[in-house]
Amino acid sequence: MRIECPYCGERDRREFYYMGDAVALDRPAVDAGAQAWDDYLHNRDNPAGSVRDLWYHEAGCGAWIVVSRDTLTHAVQGSVLAAEAAR
Amino acid sequence: MARLIALGPFGDLLPLQVGDVTCTEVTRNALWSIAPFAGQHAAVSAQMKTQIALDLPAVGRRAQVGDVICQWVAHDQWLVTVPVTLDGLAAVTDLSDGFALLEIAGPTVEDVLARLVPVDLRPHVFGVDDTARSLLGHMPVGITRTGTQAFEVMVMRSMAASLVHDLRAAMVAVAARDTP
Repeated sequence: MRIECPYCGERDRREFYYMGDAVALDRPAVDAGAQAWDDYLHNRDNPAGSVRDLWYHEAGCGAWIVVSRDTLTHAVQGSVLAAEAAR
Repeated sequence: MARLIALGPFGDLLPLQVGDVTCTEVTRNALWSIAPFAGQHAAVSAQMKTQIALDLPAVGRRAQVGDVICQWVAHDQWLVTVPVTLDGLAAVTDLSDGFALLEIAGPTVEDVLARLVPVDLRPHVFGVDDTARSLLGHMPVGITRTGTQAFEVMVMRSMAASLVHDLRAAMVAVAARDTP
């Protein structure tokens, strides 16, 4: 699998570390309630199709990125820096 | 008082020649990390231009004026070979002893690196002063093209011996072939 890094361009998957759903960028407010925090910490969808995941370019530029990818076709559609996606 | 003997991170492992490819240690007196604070990229670049006549190069590029080198090295991070004063603009950290650098050069150097590095390093894609962070074998490295048949490889100092070991294996394998 080849993953597009916003800095480095298309790179081999072995350079990256996978973290999981990019929901981690949307931290609820402290008083958002138990359900919101439960969803943030534990509950994940497992879609057949498009996903937005957090990857770390560990053996490259060291940037956290959000990669859009299709779990049916394995197509990687693109990526943005997590720092920009979180704004 | 005891007089200390200066010893580079590669010790007596370098220089190394196999076939038409040679590895030699690169010595830099200092390596400073420059990490601009949020929104300060332009200000840092301007300050550096004033102080050392080099601004922050683009992502994936190295710039040099005289002996002073500045290169992009990671997400919002650059390395420069002389100290600069950037109070309030950037995190400046002395990493001089943190890295080991070598130059690998020769007519078949690209074939040697192609066995270890999952990045296209051919000259029409990766030209002189292009720099990339990637893997060499299992080691995270920085690779910069310094000439038509020469690259500089930067690795964490603790991995210096492993770097030479892996390069030697690839150099022997390439040299053993009739055609690369």
